[in-house]
Amino acid sequence: MSEEKNKDFKATSRKDAIKTIFKGTGYLALGGLVWGGYVDDRKKPELVLRPPGALKEDIFIKACIKCGLCVEACPYDTLKLSIPSDNKVAGTPYFIARDIPCYMCTDIPCVPVCPTGALDMTSLYTDDILPKPDVNKIRMGLAVVNKESCIAFWGIQCDACYRACPLLNEAITIEYDKNERTGKHAFLKPVVNAEACTGCGICEHVCVTEIPAIKVLPLSIATGKVGNHYIKGWDPEDEKRLENVNSDVNNDKDNSGAIDYLNNSDDLLEDEE
Amino acid sequence: MKNNKYLILRRIIQIGILFLFFSGANFGINILKGNLSTAIVADKFYLSDPYAVLQMLFTGYIPAVEVIIGAVIILVFYSLLGGRIFCSWVCPLNIITDFASYVRKKTGIKPALKMKTVSGNIRYYVVILGLLLSFITGIASFELINPISIFFRGLIFGSVFSLSTVLIIFLFDLFIVEHGWCGHICPVGAFYSLTGKFRFLKIYHTYENCTLCMKCKRVCPEIQVLEIIGKETGNIKSSECTDCGRCIDVCDDNALKFKLKM
Repeated sequence: MSEEKNKDFKATSRKDAIKTIFKGTGYLALGGLVWGGYVDDRKKPELVLRPPGALKEDIFIKACIKCGLCVEACPYDTLKLSIPSDNKVAGTPYFIARDIPCYMCTDIPCVPVCPTGALDMTSLYTDDILPKPDVNKIRMGLAVVNKESCIAFWGIQCDACYRACPLLNEAITIEYDKNERTGKHAFLKPVVNAEACTGCGICEHVCVTEIPAIKVLPLSIATGKVGNHYIKGWDPEDEKRLENVNSDVNNDKDNSGAIDYLNNSDDLLEDEE
Repeated sequence: MKNNKYLILRRIIQIGILFLFFSGANFGINILKGNLSTAIVADKFYLSDPYAVLQMLFTGYIPAVEVIIGAVIILVFYSLLGGRIFCSWVCPLNIITDFASYVRKKTGIKPALKMKTVSGNIRYYVVILGLLLSFITGIASFELINPISIFFRGLIFGSVFSLSTVLIIFLFDLFIVEHGWCGHICPVGAFYSLTGKFRFLKIYHTYENCTLCMKCKRVCPEIQVLEIIGKETGNIKSSECTDCGRCIDVCDDNALKFKLKM
């Protein structure tokens, strides 16, 4: 009798154990799907400018611990910490160039305070003997001109962005062009050079149009990529990529099937008669 | 006479820490800078939230060693001293959830679910889920929604919108589940109760002095830890105890006290 009772007890406890496991899995699945869905939505690449020296966006959002030390270090109040209603990864630093751009402090105070390495000083070092950060190596984004809304492209003289750029005549240059409409004036068109542009956003900040005609976009959005199969034949460095390429064309393929198919197509010839 | 010694002491420490961070961010005083996720102390060394750093490690990113050391310092400090002592002595949300239970007591509002009807183990699932999701999605998942740090950042950097998160927690605690956030969901507290099993600072109950008035059980935010009240003399063992000392405050019979036990 007692044995039987014992058996019963065991059976219940096993059932309970299975139930508990089932329930636990259920909790995890329910929570995971809801919460995971939200997280997944939030980590999509964002249209947001990060502080100097930031790692690539997908690694940056892993690495940023949201302590706000970079924000505290910024003397111009350029950097802000996002809040949940911003539709960004909450607590991560960013700046809006139109409001307050990055003024490119030469000692870059926001970067060395980063405890995790999400803002990476080593990426800004020059090749000098003593590692010294170089503000001009910062790449926060790239300025893009919308020529339809830029009044310089209309023929009105405006070189606000060109004059404000900390890399005067390097990051933005002026291209002269003849104004065919008047026949006697020149266009002074601003052109952004991606090799030099740091993405500081001062140009966007000073732009005179109602909505800036020059905007700084994150590099991942502003830049394209050619792909490996294009090689600059006029550039000896680029040509080197061809040195070790196996250029043998594979002619072993049996083409007889295709040829036979054409030769044997009697029906075609008959139709022509 | 009403004794609120520990309550007042806790509020002084909570608000004091908040003020130090606030002055670090706004007045350039460098005693504490940053926030509860990671802080730099007197421009010398870092302190980090161990659960946040653990999530970061689960995303596959290994932060600078100073941050890991900072997380270990905090982890060892809380594990040895008081486990969830963070919850009642440091966490700013504690003020909000305490306020919710104060309002509930004063107005007699009954929450939809009583404390004991909802399993207190959900929070441990949240701990695991936070790590699991960090691993799967590649971003520290609880830190994305952590109302403690959202509230703290809101207070330090002055963003009013962050307060909506706090309001959600307050209303949830007030109307939906009694002690819902701290006692059932928050993985930060759960993490510290998992690591605080061998803490030194415990609450000690003297059975002989107890008159079974049950005042302690009425104020305790984690009633299940007070199972030995009126039964036996000894330490409160469960590491779900936040060492808030409210039970000591309300006890008129000298039956409860803090005790450091090595």
